Amino acid sequence: MSEFPERARVVVIGAGIVGNCLVGHLSDLGWADIVQVDKGPLPNPGGSTGHASNFIFPVDHNKEMALLTLESQRQYEEMGTQTISGGIEVARDEVRLEEFRRRMTSAKAWDIDARLLTPAEIAELVPFINTDVIIGGFYSPSVSVVDSLETGTLMRRKAQDAGHLQVFANTEVLDLETVEDAIGIPRIDAVVTNRGRIVTDHVVIACGVWSNRLANMAGATIPLTPTVHQMADVGPIDVLAATNNEIGYPIVRDMDTLCYERQTAGSMEVGSYAHRPIFHHPDTIPSNEESALSPTELPLSQDDFDPAMEQAIELMEVLGDAEIKYAINGLLSLTPDAMPVIGETVEVENLWSAAAVWVKEGPGIGQLVAEWMTYGYPHLADPHGSDIARLYPEERDYDHICARCGEHFNKTYGIVHPLEQWESDRGQAKSPFYSREEALGAVFYEARIWERPQWYEHNAPLVEKYGIAERDTEWDSRWWSPIIDAEHLALRENVGMVDLSAFQIFDLTGPGAVAFADYLAVNKVDVDVGRAVYTPWLTPGGGFHSDLTMMRLDDDHVRVVTGAFDGGRDAFWIRKHMPRNGSVTVTDATRQVCTIGLWGPNAPAVLDPLTDASLNQQGSPYGWVIDAEVAGVSCQLFRISYVGDTGWEIYTSWEDGSTLWDALWEAGQAHSIVPVGIGVYGLTGRMEKSYRLMGAELESEYNPVEAGLARPRVKAANFIGKEAYLEAREAEPAAVLCTLTVEDNTDSQGRRRFMQGGNEPILTPDGERIVDAHGRVSRVTTAGGAPSVDAYVLMAYLPPEYAVVGTDLLVMYMNETFPVKVAVAGPGGIFDPADSRMKS
Amino acid sequence: MQILVCVKRVPAPGARINVTEDGQGVDAAHLGFTTSPHEECAVEEAVRITEARGGEVTVLTLGPPEAEEQLRYAASVGAHRLVLIPIEDVDWDPQRTAAALTEAIGGLEAADGAFDLILFGNESADAGGFQVGVRVAHVLDRPIVNGIKSIEVGENTLSARREIDGGFEVYELPMPAALGVKEGINLPRYPTMKGRLASKKAEVGEVAVDTPDGGQTRLRLYRPEEQVSETVILGTGPDAAGAVVDLFEELGVLP
Repeated sequence: MSEFPERARVVVIGAGIVGNCLVGHLSDLGWADIVQVDKGPLPNPGGSTGHASNFIFPVDHNKEMALLTLESQRQYEEMGTQTISGGIEVARDEVRLEEFRRRMTSAKAWDIDARLLTPAEIAELVPFINTDVIIGGFYSPSVSVVDSLETGTLMRRKAQDAGHLQVFANTEVLDLETVEDAIGIPRIDAVVTNRGRIVTDHVVIACGVWSNRLANMAGATIPLTPTVHQMADVGPIDVLAATNNEIGYPIVRDMDTLCYERQTAGSMEVGSYAHRPIFHHPDTIPSNEESALSPTELPLSQDDFDPAMEQAIELMEVLGDAEIKYAINGLLSLTPDAMPVIGETVEVENLWSAAAVWVKEGPGIGQLVAEWMTYGYPHLADPHGSDIARLYPEERDYDHICARCGEHFNKTYGIVHPLEQWESDRGQAKSPFYSREEALGAVFYEARIWERPQWYEHNAPLVEKYGIAERDTEWDSRWWSPIIDAEHLALRENVGMVDLSAFQIFDLTGPGAVAFADYLAVNKVDVDVGRAVYTPWLTPGGGFHSDLTMMRLDDDHVRVVTGAFDGGRDAFWIRKHMPRNGSVTVTDATRQVCTIGLWGPNAPAVLDPLTDASLNQQGSPYGWVIDAEVAGVSCQLFRISYVGDTGWEIYTSWEDGSTLWDALWEAGQAHSIVPVGIGVYGLTGRMEKSYRLMGAELESEYNPVEAGLARPRVKAANFIGKEAYLEAREAEPAAVLCTLTVEDNTDSQGRRRFMQGGNEPILTPDGERIVDAHGRVSRVTTAGGAPSVDAYVLMAYLPPEYAVVGTDLLVMYMNETFPVKVAVAGPGGIFDPADSRMKS
Repeated sequence: MQILVCVKRVPAPGARINVTEDGQGVDAAHLGFTTSPHEECAVEEAVRITEARGGEVTVLTLGPPEAEEQLRYAASVGAHRLVLIPIEDVDWDPQRTAAALTEAIGGLEAADGAFDLILFGNESADAGGFQVGVRVAHVLDRPIVNGIKSIEVGENTLSARREIDGGFEVYELPMPAALGVKEGINLPRYPTMKGRLASKKAEVGEVAVDTPDGGQTRLRLYRPEEQVSETVILGTGPDAAGAVVDLFEELGVLP
């Protein structure tokens, strides 16, 4: 073995599927001085990879996970470590069959072969299944089994053969050392191991269940918890042995019992996600020496597994007489929102996380993180759902992690609605208006940690007034209320007030603040004091990192206002890019400043008696922030609207918030004011106007030209992503963001259906997928009502040949197609396209 | 044929065993528990005998309430009756354990008649006292042979073999008798899924026995120094041939 190095460009900790794929991809991208360490032996150091079930069901409703899984399958295939087995998800009840129709839709979106099977057709593929307990199946012929250990070995060898990698097994990390940069932000400096200390520029923690323990050594956090997943290997079983094959029958997922049955040669692996959530702390995981099998293969707690065995025998009687040869409480990593946690840690510069990743997406994530480290942002897929920076400090709390993981563990095979709300550990962050909203019957939805009223039961009588109909199906009605549409129409008719206090607000101050702000933003921030600028922030590759508002509040003060879902990512981006010379100070003002949106034709009439400020377009012009006293409270009035109506975002201090709320509420009574929830602000209001949303329409896979957000001119100042942006402006866009109307939403059973905005594919009239020149599929990014024009609208990127107003296309939803028409190609909404309301 | 097997719940072997800070017990934080491997073979042997000849296997253990798991495991691989002598301590000394087993066996036999055969493991996997079986058999006045690797059951006699250097000793015992068996006598089956589920419903009889301490007192447990085996790489490829030959000569394995 080579000498233990004293210096490396990057140290990758962990030799599981992720660490191994990462070193392979880093090497491919030119990283020539990589050191990889693991405390265990190779090729199986004892982490979760070593006991993984190693099967891949590629269909996923989530785009990020679907793309990463498909790319991973492609890489496994390329390495020769994949066997196609096919896989069947079986249903025991009707609700599951409806979910399978949704899965057919996602399969179409990602171009994955799939079909629905009858019990008899299932029995043809799996003759030993009991068809009496199942009513149908979802068959994915491309489901595969992979050799994750061999893949890891091949990836390491590739990097070693290139002369880029040194690997040290049985090497335990004892400490991660940091140094502070010029403005006091810690940066990784060295890895201390039991074999020596390595000074390094970058460290990646790819340690699965141990990740947070490692991160803590540097003062960082990787929010996840080691969690038990039980499985047993039972055999011998003659019918399996007769295949003379490692995997001869399709893998079966018994979805409604949360179990799976997967052949391993002459035996069957039975696994379960149905047992009670069982968590471990990283510090209580045994060492390799203390483990009879491995640190992540703990003794089975048999009582927890017994129900799974009963259900398995019920589904496959042949399992009953098979001997339990191996059974474990296997450890895997769960995060509070069930997505991976990858990217640079928010606490320590150049300390990266590549954690909470399954074997099915390991190679893809390895590539994605390698690209992220190399290019400043990944190219393979937009990672915002996995980005570790998305998580607020409250989401990194151990009790919170366990509460949320305890809630979603049993949903591993669950039917999860796109708008599904968490039940546990709610109320982390509340606006100053919370008690008033509660009194008005607010139904709160969570935006990460922030509680926001989605609608108000107070407004229930408006449903009748405006004649809003209930929806025909439970699924479309779940997490929805007709009150939302009623609030929408009341705002359009009179005036509504919207709590926007979940806005994340960051103040950039100091002599370098404006120049720095301009470096972040596409649009010019160095404008007159008092102007506010809506602007994208781009990745170095020219895709969207953020879209938000920047207010020039003073010569050396720029305020950044962004959404609750993106506050963590945006705060991290600011900190990562801010000058290290002390010329800029960043202050998080989120909990000092609260906000009420006051919009609707009566908004000026409500506000006018409360203030001496001139509210006409001269005194309070569109896009400007003015200081004003409202009801004796010092406020800032920002004339803007994300719902496309006249009015203001009114900002004041947290302490004065309730005074402001009460004053507006009182003054509004004469003008039929209604409290309006995020159901309008975040969906119907913006959908009528085709306003884009970060994380839906706006992702790093698309640029401002495609999103219809490019301004006529480009500012002189440099900014992140400028070069790519200039190139995009020169090129023909490969896709154009369009607004489509659903022309007939009646399904085959005569029910009106309402797409939920879950990546439903847009199809040609012949039912073919639409893919642009960059290989990106046309799919619904957001779906929502447009009550003012009595329409249901979708947003989707379309290649230019389809992005023509009036083009007839189809949308697939629940495995049926519905006619849609392009209503708007590019910017502009279907309601008040001239923006007369906003500027009145 | 009525067979009794006495088993003990012990920490699962195979990993480094840590000792609690006070030195009085095994730190079970990371450990699973199992039946002593010799006794697992004893249960298997008893089940095989009754499968071939009819009869019942009764499994008896003295241990904490959790030792019920080991009894149920025995049921999951074919044992018929389960009896637990619950104790509050982690373990009793061999003399006291033997006295308690003897008393319990006396009660069982008074109710249902004598066991034709009582099987013990050669020694427990944790304490390794090698005493309990012999003590019980002695008090019950039954013949016992330890180290048994094979049993053949005759009409009223048993033939049992014990491994010695270069061969076997063969013993003929009149029944009722007792034997201490060793791992290797058979390859015990794993429970089937059905067996496991059925074992959950098996009845576990309890016998309350209190016997006085024996003479042996535990002062303290120590974990022995780990034996570190050194690996010497003699070379790679053809270059290593010379060193390999030298080593073979040193070991005297070359003609």
